[in-house]
Amino acid sequence: MGKPENISTYPEIWNKPPFITNSTLRWGIIVGAVIYLIAALASMDINPQRIVEGIPRGQRFIASFFPPNFADNRGVVWDGILESIWMAIISTVVGIALSVPIGLGAARNLAPFWVYITCRSIIAGSRTFPEIILAIFAVKLFGFGPFAGFIALSLGTIGFFAKLLAEDIENSSEAQAEAVKTTGANWFQWINYSIQPQVMPRMIGLSVYRLDINFRESAVVGIVGGGGIGATLNTAFSRYEFDTAAAILVVIIVIVMVLEYASSFLRKWVQ
Amino acid sequence: MAVIKTNNEIIWKRRTTKKQLAIWLAWLVGISIVLFAWSIISERTVWFFVQDAPRQAADIGGRMVPPKWSYISKLITPVWDTINIATLGTVIAMIIAVPVAFCAARNTTPHSTVRVVALFIIVSSRSVNSLIWALMLVFILGPGVLAGTIAIGLRSIGFCAKLIYESIEEIDENQVEAIKATGASNLQRMTYGILPQVLPTIAGVGIYRWDINIRESTILGLVGAGGIGLQLSASINTLAWTQVSTILLVILVTVFISEWVSAKVRGAII
Repeated sequence: MGKPENISTYPEIWNKPPFITNSTLRWGIIVGAVIYLIAALASMDINPQRIVEGIPRGQRFIASFFPPNFADNRGVVWDGILESIWMAIISTVVGIALSVPIGLGAARNLAPFWVYITCRSIIAGSRTFPEIILAIFAVKLFGFGPFAGFIALSLGTIGFFAKLLAEDIENSSEAQAEAVKTTGANWFQWINYSIQPQVMPRMIGLSVYRLDINFRESAVVGIVGGGGIGATLNTAFSRYEFDTAAAILVVIIVIVMVLEYASSFLRKWVQ
Repeated sequence: MAVIKTNNEIIWKRRTTKKQLAIWLAWLVGISIVLFAWSIISERTVWFFVQDAPRQAADIGGRMVPPKWSYISKLITPVWDTINIATLGTVIAMIIAVPVAFCAARNTTPHSTVRVVALFIIVSSRSVNSLIWALMLVFILGPGVLAGTIAIGLRSIGFCAKLIYESIEEIDENQVEAIKATGASNLQRMTYGILPQVLPTIAGVGIYRWDINIRESTILGLVGAGGIGLQLSASINTLAWTQVSTILLVILVTVFISEWVSAKVRGAII
């Protein structure tokens, strides 16, 4: 800043400012990352010989996926996919129905402290364990089949949906809530006319998104016995019917694409 | 909103009759689909097992306490492996996801065909669960940590690339134009105009995905792809329920720590 004689020393070359401005922190992170990478790669137990042997096997393996066999020799593929779709629908609906009260309870501006803590711990518990671990236990308790998968996916939905609902409610505008309250509305009317219209558009988008997630997850809960297309896929792998497995994967990808397109379309339509 | 005029009064209603009917119809269709889905699921359920479930839950719950604390010493290596799978998988994913994202964003893609290919990569990576990727990779690479790492990487490409490309599409074009006005080449425009704007997002997405990957990598062991899931499935198969509860507690703690770290770092970046 300032004195004319300093102009001669003004830098000629401009450098980009670094992303992390604190240089000690920056170098600390870089050195730490390098040390970690070395330690992690050392413990990876990469066996080059095994990989070299694996390459032709891998090529044969990948080649056996093509062409995907949509013929569905044993008539199980479409059955599995339909079962997955029904499972995804019902677990999304039940999961959301359970999430709404929990989400309302987990919003700090609606609920008293002890309700808030209870609901937040339910959400945290459901979010921690992946659907597949929930599915293992559901299969142990309810037996093999789509019912176990349905329970696991519904519980998984709670953690996702209730958390986002609670956050959305906490971010909603206070003014509308107060305006409705001053008209003398009771609690249900208050929620229905001030909070619900504010969070609804986002929640509709999210529920289609969750349907999409539940469908994708239903493809894996089958691996541990939870029914749906995952069971079919797992059988196809165990029977070395890789062309059928490829067909199943293609169908999954197409359905997910359709759902994704539908969800973006629906969100635009709602807003 | 509709106002209905009758002879002597004016009634306000929220919706017109037509709209109300359409909404009722949508509800009817929705509920029938759900009921139909439920009838299919319940047809394939053995209700005897479901009725038996509370007793089973009490039984297994009883066998799970107290957790076998001495088993924790055997879990240190699996936890280290799990963290490595998640971290290295995220690194692999980010290295691939950033160029894919630049190809997929409408304003930076070199050509519309490239964009379609990039979008296809994103969708197919997102649609296939990491467990299925792991199932396939275990066939190719053999069981172990490497298969898990690559599975996590492949699964994460789509997620990271999707979030990054959406933020590239939302950048402030004025800055890019300002850089362009200085006579910058395409690459310079990218590094000086676009990259600084999306770098916080890229870092944030990486950390966020790492947190998710910690959770996902705990289960990859179920198909033999390394990590703590191996111990979990072995313990479940041998009905060693006290070990199962110990493993679940360790997973719980690991996930909480990773979530805390992720939230802190993201808070610092954004």
